[in-house]
Amino acid sequence: MSTTPPAGTASLKLARSNRQSPTRKRADRFGDIALFLICAAAAALAFVVIVLIAKEVVEGAQPAFSKFGLSFLTHSKWAPPLEEFGGKGVILGTLITSAIALLIGAPVAISIGIFLALLAPVSVRNVISPLVEMLAAIPSVILGFWGLLILGPVLVSTVEPFLHDTLGFIPLFGSPQTTGNSVFNAGLILTIMVIPIIASVSRDLFMAVPGELQDGAAALGATRWEVIRGVVLPSTVSGVIAACLLGLGRALGEAIAVSQVIGAGTEAHLSLFKTGGTMASMIALQFNSAVNALHTASLYYLAALLLVIGVASNLLASWIGSRFGDAGGVMR
Amino acid sequence: MRLWRGRSGGQEPFDPTQPLMATGNLRRRHAVSRVIQGLAVAAAIGAVAVLVIVIWAVVSHGIKAISWDFVTQPAPKGVGPNLVGTGVIVGLATLMAMPFGVLIALFLSEYAGPRSTRPVQLLMDVMNGLPSIIIAVFIFALLVAHKGQAGWKASVALAIIMVPLIARGTQEVLNLVPGHQREAADALGVARWRSILTIILPAALPGIVTATLLSVARAAGETAPVLLITSLAPGDSFQLNPLHAIPNAPVRIFQLSEEANPEGFTEAWGLSLILIAFILALGLGSRYLLNRSKRKMTR
Repeated sequence: MSTTPPAGTASLKLARSNRQSPTRKRADRFGDIALFLICAAAAALAFVVIVLIAKEVVEGAQPAFSKFGLSFLTHSKWAPPLEEFGGKGVILGTLITSAIALLIGAPVAISIGIFLALLAPVSVRNVISPLVEMLAAIPSVILGFWGLLILGPVLVSTVEPFLHDTLGFIPLFGSPQTTGNSVFNAGLILTIMVIPIIASVSRDLFMAVPGELQDGAAALGATRWEVIRGVVLPSTVSGVIAACLLGLGRALGEAIAVSQVIGAGTEAHLSLFKTGGTMASMIALQFNSAVNALHTASLYYLAALLLVIGVASNLLASWIGSRFGDAGGVMR
Repeated sequence: MRLWRGRSGGQEPFDPTQPLMATGNLRRRHAVSRVIQGLAVAAAIGAVAVLVIVIWAVVSHGIKAISWDFVTQPAPKGVGPNLVGTGVIVGLATLMAMPFGVLIALFLSEYAGPRSTRPVQLLMDVMNGLPSIIIAVFIFALLVAHKGQAGWKASVALAIIMVPLIARGTQEVLNLVPGHQREAADALGVARWRSILTIILPAALPGIVTATLLSVARAAGETAPVLLITSLAPGDSFQLNPLHAIPNAPVRIFQLSEEANPEGFTEAWGLSLILIAFILALGLGSRYLLNRSKRKMTR
């Protein structure tokens, strides 16, 4: 398709053939309406799909919801054969792993965005930017496999004992276990997945900050960092928060990589170095091997929770983006 | 905005007769700035290092498994059916997703007024942000429960993942088509639908192809949908019929990683290498294509 003809010739040819006969006019009117309807129908179908997703998931969760109600959220025992299900353990696991991902990932990713947009020469940026985006292209199953075989053993042999020895007084850093499968490992894998998302969005945000504002601050004697802190970050803070929410949505919903490295535990605990589970990883691991109807329904319950959180974080991100977006915050 | 004042010097009245000299305060500010710039550089290097470490691990372990038999033969010897199966599932998904993605993008850029743009845009964002496990559970509930697994059902799930990606990419290039081309067609009395089909879409075609290739790269590695929807096919024979469960690459990697079996690990590394090479090649190729066509359109 490298030989797209210039528009002029195409439209001329069209116009020449465009005799204004009544049949032609009718055909054009029909064509206009038809193409519009087809396009609108495609958009409507997307809406239908979203509604159907919500309906199917909520319907599937119905038995579990009517049996456990909201106590599902605070009950921590997950025993499929006994038909006892409580989501506290995996909800806690989801929160902890996502928190690790954002606490480590967001500052690193924003720094990468600053580097790419404001500090790096164009030639360096053109090399590093695609590399950072390549990180996002690695399939989660491969990243999880790497985390299981390469990262896990390293964590067990060096990082976890070190953290336990130095920060062991905090309950988070309990005694290291024998396998590399842990909540900590899952959090780090999620960190790797979250970084390219936040980094590429924040890079685009920082590049859109008007150069005059930065030059103005620099002319007043601000150092590079003061320009960033005083002009660039305040004018983009809403966008950066939205980017972090997008990353959070990704971290909360990642199922495969987490289920590979987290070790399929179900009890509620705060120790990072024990095995655990997240809502998404629990669904991925147990959905095909559910032992009874209530088990399946409880997994649907988790999916429904995940759906609500996922949609909410997306809507919030786009609301923040549109509400506080643009240059509205530049001169704050 | 307190930029030019140091922490201590802020309150004193400005004295224009004072010589402009670097005080200790300025040196400190420069030092802080340098440290933070260094941290930003370190963060970028760290991200690239992680990429290199992951890819190096996949390549160095995977290369041991790769052979002609590994790529072409069925289960005990190779992973041929899994590779072909992933091709069938993703190909079918692309056929489903591409028309919808392009049509939604057309709706957004050519038809929708300001009032209908926002909800549809929001819809695409939400769809894009849905965890793939949710889409997998949805298709399971809708099509698989009580009815059995099948390759085409996994394709539907992957198509739901691909549509927003294709729509967004297509919309971006549609916005790049110069406005004067539309106006020229309007001025010549060309009907809207004719100008869309014969002028705007052809001009945007390279971008549409790019967006589709990127979504293929994403879908090929998606594991959650295929795990729930087409995981029961043993890879010991070729299965091309999408009405049956189709063996595929991501599920095989996942299953092998769950078994503690060194030989299986080697097989999984080999499969990962093929998958990652395919995905990165698609990503780089489509990026090249996009840059070329963007240059051409904005020239």
